[in-house]
Amino acid sequence: MENPKKHLLSAQIDLSKFSEANFIPATEDEKRQQDVMSESTTFFKDGMRKLFKNPLAVASLIVLACIILTIIVAPMIVPYRYEEILSVNGRRDKGAKNLAPFTYSEMEQKYIAEGGTRFPHIFGTDEQCRDYFIRVVYGTRISLSVGFFASIIVLIIGMLYGSISGYLGGRVDLIMMRIVDIIYSLPDMLIIILLKVVLDERLSFPAGSFLAKLGTSMVSLFIVFGLLYWVGMARLIRGQILSIKENEYILAARAIGASSGRIIRKHIIPNCLSVIIISTALQIPSAIFTESFLSFVGIGVKAPMPSLGSLANAAREGLQSYPYKLIFPALMICLIVLSLNLLGDGLRDAFDPKLRR
Amino acid sequence: MSEPLVEVKNLKQYFPVRSGMKTQMLKAVDDVSFTVGQGETLGLVGESGCGKTTVGRTLLRLYEPTAGEVRFDGELVTDKNIHAMRKQMQMVFQDPYSSLDPRMTVEDIIGEPLDVHHLCSGRKERREKILELMSYVGLNAEHARRYAHEFSGGQRQRIGIARALAVNPKFIVCDEPVSALDVSIQAQVINMFEELQEKLGVAYLFIAHDLLVVHHISRRIAVMYLGKIVEIADADELNEHPIHPYTESLLSAVPIPDPEITRARQRIILEGDVPSPLNMPSGCAFRTRCRYATEQCTRECPALSNRGGGHQVACWNR
Repeated sequence: MENPKKHLLSAQIDLSKFSEANFIPATEDEKRQQDVMSESTTFFKDGMRKLFKNPLAVASLIVLACIILTIIVAPMIVPYRYEEILSVNGRRDKGAKNLAPFTYSEMEQKYIAEGGTRFPHIFGTDEQCRDYFIRVVYGTRISLSVGFFASIIVLIIGMLYGSISGYLGGRVDLIMMRIVDIIYSLPDMLIIILLKVVLDERLSFPAGSFLAKLGTSMVSLFIVFGLLYWVGMARLIRGQILSIKENEYILAARAIGASSGRIIRKHIIPNCLSVIIISTALQIPSAIFTESFLSFVGIGVKAPMPSLGSLANAAREGLQSYPYKLIFPALMICLIVLSLNLLGDGLRDAFDPKLRR
Repeated sequence: MSEPLVEVKNLKQYFPVRSGMKTQMLKAVDDVSFTVGQGETLGLVGESGCGKTTVGRTLLRLYEPTAGEVRFDGELVTDKNIHAMRKQMQMVFQDPYSSLDPRMTVEDIIGEPLDVHHLCSGRKERREKILELMSYVGLNAEHARRYAHEFSGGQRQRIGIARALAVNPKFIVCDEPVSALDVSIQAQVINMFEELQEKLGVAYLFIAHDLLVVHHISRRIAVMYLGKIVEIADADELNEHPIHPYTESLLSAVPIPDPEITRARQRIILEGDVPSPLNMPSGCAFRTRCRYATEQCTRECPALSNRGGGHQVACWNR
């Protein structure tokens, strides 16, 4: 067989040694084995598979699902409202103050003895004769939704700002990032408190609108978060885009003739999406923490609306006699924050391309 | 010789470098001229940082050239017609790991040029075209749905080559396409480049720092030093009769796997370091390390001059 090497030093394989007689064609079975080994997965599927292999992430997903299910379902089952002062047969139940979990007041006991049914106070009652369980459930609702919406606001502002700064680069980037630095250097708790106090006074919404239903305190909370916490997100996304922009595949796309719009849509956004999702997941617990802190200090949501922080604050007064009133909301904060953090870590491990293989 | 396919005339690419208060010009490519014929391979060698890659990228207008012109098929390449020109001129990148988008399947990577230039009418046609391209470069059809990270370096480089071939170009800039691969894979990929050239008649500008590789694939070779071409000649002519002292020393450094020859030959070791491109020596850029340097070299920069048979050298003394 003729197979002259093109160059004396060429590493080209001498094909004459590989005559057909030395090879047996693969059987169908062997071919199928190859297929099984080379089963292709998409990036997303691969990430999800990895996520579900992480026991901590799975556990925190289950915990979160339970919490969310509870805050949706519980208000439908429990016959009390969060601001309702307990009463029996239309008469105010003055004895239902600071009840321990699963106990009834004297009036309620009499009522049950007479053949009535009364839904148990799972977490007991508070000092104003309100069912504590439903208050904790509503507090969780408020805290979770504050965390969720605040992160979305942060994400939108941060993503727009960061991607403009990163993609344009040069002088625009310089100026935009100095603004970020200035905001970053402000003591954020102080600004939050000042802004909150001012906004609570100034904000007003037409009655009956969605925002009015939420209440000025909630809306001003969102605004405060949006205005302050986007800087971290903007920096992160700018950094991502800067590093992705330098990759050769962006240059390759330009060599092909792709437009800027196409490069952003097809190459840059998909490549920083996982980082964005992960940091949003990690943003939620920090927003919940801040909200709890503000409510604890007394400038969070307005009474009688509960939040986990304000519940914990209210529980301080009778701490020695009724410690469970602090334990329930505190436990809830811990569970939410911990499971969101663990889930965020799990997401990062599963989707970060740099940790792959 | 017939009309050249690509003609580069006095191409210059300077980058502004800010150091403190003043802005200096980094002359990455300084007055480079060469031609590449139809279906021909021109090798471009030189050490790291001498501007090889910049030549390739400026040629394709990935950088805006400071001065000079590029003609393709006699037509001047400008910003206006570059989109159409990209159908004719393509590029294969050095690093097969970073030149493929990790979030795209092979099918989408190879199909991207088809989409950008609207080269196929339907999904079916696109798919057929992609499979055809994949078979050109020796990839199986079942690879189409996979992601780039599932492949080895050599296979990734094949994907990159298939992407460049998708628009059916007449000219491909190969920017060190094999230097990131190990030697056995290098041979495969280089042979593939040659086969594709025979089959499709594409011309290459083959950039590399390995003289052996370049000699293997190129008909002609250009040697670069600090942004300038110092010698252009036919591959064999350059190999056997190098004229420029820099080429001489490069050739003497090529490893030959034969101890007899290695012992017998004289190794020319250059003294000193490559001068900083920000602070170029006056006159000939190579004079600081040249053993033939004379007073004339400090004063004037030598231009390429013909030494017969298409052998051009930029040197006063040789």
